[in-house]
Amino acid sequence: PHPGTRDQFQEELVIRPLHSGDIYASFQFRTLWDTDFLQERQKKVSHYRLFPKSLGQVLSKFSVRELHISFTQGFWRTMQWGQPFIPSPPGAELWVWFHHTVSDVDGNWKELTNVLSGIFCASLNFIDMTNTVQPSASFKPLGLGNATDHRFLRYATLPREIVCTENLTPWKKLLPCGSKAGLAVLMKSEKLFHSSFHSQAVHIRPICQDEQCTSKAWELRQTLNVVFDHYTSGQGKKEWSLFKMFSRTLTEACPLASSSKVYVDITDNPELFELSPATHLLSRAVVLGDRRTYSVYDLTRAETFGQLRSFNLLLRWKGDNMLRPLLHAERYVAGFGLQTGEIHTVIYNNHPYRAFPVLLMDSVPWYLQLYVHTLTVTSKSRDNKPSYIHYQPAKDRHRPHLLEMLIQLPPHSMTEVTVQFERALLKWTEYTPDPNHGFYVGSSVVSALVPSMVAMSTNFTQDQPLFSSFVPVKEESSYFVRVYTEPLLVNLPTPDFSMPYNVICLTCTVVAVGYGSFYNLLTRTFQVDEPSPPLAKRLANFIRRIRGVPLLA
Amino acid sequence: MGYYSLLTTCAFIHLLVFMPYAYSNYLENKAGQFFSSGHTNNWAVLVSLNKLGFWFNYRHVANTLSVYRSVKRLGIPDSHIVLMLADDMACNYRNPKPATVFSHKNMELNVYGDDVEVDYRGYEVTVENFLRVLTGRLPPSTPRSKRLLSDDRSNILIYLTGHGGNGFLKFQDSEEISNMELADAFEQMWQKRRYNELLFIIDTCQGASMYERFYSPNLMALASSQVGEDSLSHQPDLAIGVHLMDKYTFYLLEFLEEVHPASQANMNDLFKVCPQSQCVSTPGHRTDLFQRNPGSVLITDFFGSVRKVEITKDTINLTSSVKPPIQRSGSSDMTIESLTYVDQLPVAEIIHQKPKQKDWHPPDGFILGLWTLILLVFFQTYGIKHLKHIF
Repeated sequence: PHPGTRDQFQEELVIRPLHSGDIYASFQFRTLWDTDFLQERQKKVSHYRLFPKSLGQVLSKFSVRELHISFTQGFWRTMQWGQPFIPSPPGAELWVWFHHTVSDVDGNWKELTNVLSGIFCASLNFIDMTNTVQPSASFKPLGLGNATDHRFLRYATLPREIVCTENLTPWKKLLPCGSKAGLAVLMKSEKLFHSSFHSQAVHIRPICQDEQCTSKAWELRQTLNVVFDHYTSGQGKKEWSLFKMFSRTLTEACPLASSSKVYVDITDNPELFELSPATHLLSRAVVLGDRRTYSVYDLTRAETFGQLRSFNLLLRWKGDNMLRPLLHAERYVAGFGLQTGEIHTVIYNNHPYRAFPVLLMDSVPWYLQLYVHTLTVTSKSRDNKPSYIHYQPAKDRHRPHLLEMLIQLPPHSMTEVTVQFERALLKWTEYTPDPNHGFYVGSSVVSALVPSMVAMSTNFTQDQPLFSSFVPVKEESSYFVRVYTEPLLVNLPTPDFSMPYNVICLTCTVVAVGYGSFYNLLTRTFQVDEPSPPLAKRLANFIRRIRGVPLLA
Repeated sequence: MGYYSLLTTCAFIHLLVFMPYAYSNYLENKAGQFFSSGHTNNWAVLVSLNKLGFWFNYRHVANTLSVYRSVKRLGIPDSHIVLMLADDMACNYRNPKPATVFSHKNMELNVYGDDVEVDYRGYEVTVENFLRVLTGRLPPSTPRSKRLLSDDRSNILIYLTGHGGNGFLKFQDSEEISNMELADAFEQMWQKRRYNELLFIIDTCQGASMYERFYSPNLMALASSQVGEDSLSHQPDLAIGVHLMDKYTFYLLEFLEEVHPASQANMNDLFKVCPQSQCVSTPGHRTDLFQRNPGSVLITDFFGSVRKVEITKDTINLTSSVKPPIQRSGSSDMTIESLTYVDQLPVAEIIHQKPKQKDWHPPDGFILGLWTLILLVFFQTYGIKHLKHIF
């Protein structure tokens, strides 16, 4: 790193083979910068080196204390893949902690979403008051800080948001080396989007600079998680290599990076799979409550690239392994018809003997009108009363529902939360151009402190691998995890948009027949008119007249 | 003879004296031409008007992306292109090859590429947004990439493709824009000096009806079909299962692939693209509002971003470098207390959290008491005999 500058950049790639033959790759790029965006002491920041200028200006202008934004395509299947290093819900999710000096948080939030929609080429400008909530207990800051006044927190999610190359392109441009050197050369969109799960995120927060934690530095983490399916991308063979996953191999580390490493999870080795090229560098880390062993490949050393100046990992499967995550959640809509329904959220605690609390946060749009008196929480077919409930009802067209509950999950149990709702009828201008697709309800967030099988270290060290140092650890016996449920797709009663034509025809007919008849009745005069006699009678009368005999009637 | 030679030497001396003057005149003229050329920057607004959720409208997105690709290749940067795609075809679940959009069957050319920036997508492609982009009347919080920041020296290329009829275009199958509204939008742009010259290309059914009503100067328009004719799609791809492109844009792309930044191809070549034998519909064009002769207008005037370079041999002094920021004065005037991370799930704290202040409501019975008071006062004033009218 440059002497005199106070920023550094690290990149890492973690590869975790999954028991079903799929493979999970997680990229993390971290830029640490000892500067002061909020202008507490120094004057305005004007010289940017490794930290991207577009994000730095956003932080200063809107006095942002913490920013987390993620774009995800696909749903993380906890039962098959375990827990991700960095969880994210399908679609786009944005949550921001503003600095306590901000006076108009809502105004700053609205402008921030517009600016971010330009930076990431996403329609984040659809985030407004109708889908923003202010959680009261969930989403505590992940960075440094003492005050946690939830008035400065805003959370919004767009479950419908599509992620494609146009979101990846500006994300790659934020990296110091771009996509030209280092681990980012592996990010080819044709392979990344042909996967079961793809999530890219940006996390900005202030963290401790050193162990004593006397000063803070800004940390920007760009993470990209992708799960490749061994049927669609792997052609059915349980054999993976960097070239097969990304259609590229690594040739050099990013010259601006102080550390550039590739980790492969070999905890289940040698029974599960075979790894080549072999390496003797090992690293042990406690991540997600479990002690895992990783093979480390250091890309800043030239010998990693071998004779061919190219680094390609090869993993070949040998056996199967079952996985049993401790916390797992699902959600679905029950009921029939287009008037009412019921939302069921099911949370599973698979720990054999320990109970632990979870904080469930649900944000339901206003057009699904929840009936909170029908809210029931049952565990093992008995009522389970939450120790904390925060409910903010929706205001039509103004604010969504927010329900937060702290539930204690009994060991080895299934907890079901149900609430009934009624579907609202929207105004005809409020329907999207494709209303028959349905309307999305964002994922529920389950935040929990899960008991850990291994004691975790609460010390913060600089050379911890990035994937194990995302969430700060406060106590040794449990680790913090966030699980997202599926988003819901609900059909609202949709009018027939061809009705205006039908209505005009019908109305005109009714008006013509009704009014027309009425008008005739009022303005026409009636005269009695003798009908003309039939031809035979007329002829008979004619003959009678000639004869002089009286005529027929 | 001597007189003759005197005449020639005189003429020769004249020539010698006046030639530098004539030469400098020539240079001045050339320089004058150089700086009075029409445009200094190029913009492009590319819109795809397909129906949301309809996979067989793949070809409209492929059309727009082909023009986007050509325009980027010829030099217009992403910051000067406003790309509006009404639906996502590349990462659509029905796409057998995700993150790609092909223009030729057998998947020869991926027009989506690896470096694409879409500014308006999905529900954002509406008539209102399109007109706001053109006229520049966007809300103040709109980011730069979503704005058309053109000035009076900009050449703008506008390309529309989708479904249309005689005098209107469909946006997202739920809205329409008429040719009169479009003509008015261009007039607004002219009045606000938002363009120098504008090229309008449209590939829809009965496309020529859209440019019939233009009345602002410096507009040139091309359409894929005349009034009463339909524009047809080109080839289907059996793997993807839909038609990949429309005929007009397919041949337009073929034509543009031959153009490079230094090419001298002009508008007359563009008018010849896709004659009726290839396109089945009759492409039309309109140049009466355009000041210059179309034969002298280069393709790169609209599709490329050819910058005129001014070379100077003078030296320029740079100002002194930026002062380094004030170093933090060390830990002496900072609080020594160490900062801590926040507890992610403080269960005890959450349970004892004070409930939020509810809105103030008047105490129970207040309203009832108020009404009783009003009734009492009424009967006091007007007498008890009115009571029987109430009960």
